[in-house]
Amino acid sequence: MTTEISTRRRREFLGGVRAVLPILLGVAPFGMIYGALARDAGLGPAEAQAMSSIVFAGSAQFLIAGLIKINAPAFIIVASVVVINLRHALYSASMAPRLSGLRWPVKILIAYLLTDEAYATVIPRYRERADPVGPDLRHWHFLGVGVSLWLCWQATTALGVFLGSAIPAAWQLDFTLPLTFIAIVVPGIRNRPALAAAVVAGVVSILAFGLEFKLGLIVAAIAGIVAGGLAERVLARE
Amino acid sequence: MDLNQLLLFALAGLATFLIRLSFIALLGRMAVPVWVRRILPYVPTAALTAIIVPELLMRGDVVFLSLSNTRLIAGLLACGVAWRTKNAFLTIGAGMVALWVLTAVVGRE
Repeated sequence: MTTEISTRRRREFLGGVRAVLPILLGVAPFGMIYGALARDAGLGPAEAQAMSSIVFAGSAQFLIAGLIKINAPAFIIVASVVVINLRHALYSASMAPRLSGLRWPVKILIAYLLTDEAYATVIPRYRERADPVGPDLRHWHFLGVGVSLWLCWQATTALGVFLGSAIPAAWQLDFTLPLTFIAIVVPGIRNRPALAAAVVAGVVSILAFGLEFKLGLIVAAIAGIVAGGLAERVLARE
Repeated sequence: MDLNQLLLFALAGLATFLIRLSFIALLGRMAVPVWVRRILPYVPTAALTAIIVPELLMRGDVVFLSLSNTRLIAGLLACGVAWRTKNAFLTIGAGMVALWVLTAVVGRE
């Protein structure tokens, strides 16, 4: 029985590794760009690497490096990280019922590994039925996905830190950041409240651009979120 | 190691971790407020759009609304590809190729 469970665990874990392989192709250049960008922003090699292991959140790490470069105060940086990563609360809410039977150390590990990419990759496995016999071991699938992403992010950060300015500036690889976000955001705009959220956030981000320490980002994000909520309410009344 | 930076990463990392843990930890202990459930879906759209738009439109402190704004044109094209294909790989690929072609045509900004 025990052997059988350990076999199933391994199968779930390796299934996760396989599922995330194509995603790693997109994550790898991003990790390298982060490493190079962090060095360019004035972070030391050890600091750049430490941020990847401690924070482990791509877009937030770009933001932190950018804010360190312009000497933004720490509370602004942490507040911006909270705004940028608030979307992860949504993934947390979605994963919560699926993890409710697990032990705390597993929940904590999964929360640490809960990135956009990990969430997007594991959801199909959770939509399938669990194996009909024995305990539900799908969290091992999550761990296969999450650990692969983590290792990829650490390795490509190191590579980017090492290569640094050897990556030609003419390639303009920093443009992959807005492009990656476009790839996440645009397919998600499927109704009028979401469109309202995007339009308001976009307009306010330009109007509030001059605010100190990139505060415009927080203001624009909150304006967009409120606009989305209000639009949904107004449309529901019609 | 820069201790101030490490402390900053620890705070940013803790904040990120607590957001990710939030509902996983709270489930069964408290109900999610209705207004939170209502606005949560708009968080990624609003937050990421607030990053995208200035990246495409601003140069320094100035709005650069022009056909020679290579990042704006390439970004709009990427939006079209993302809308049609919903494919991240194609979106990023098309956006980068468009940026390189436009840069070759109008020169580096």
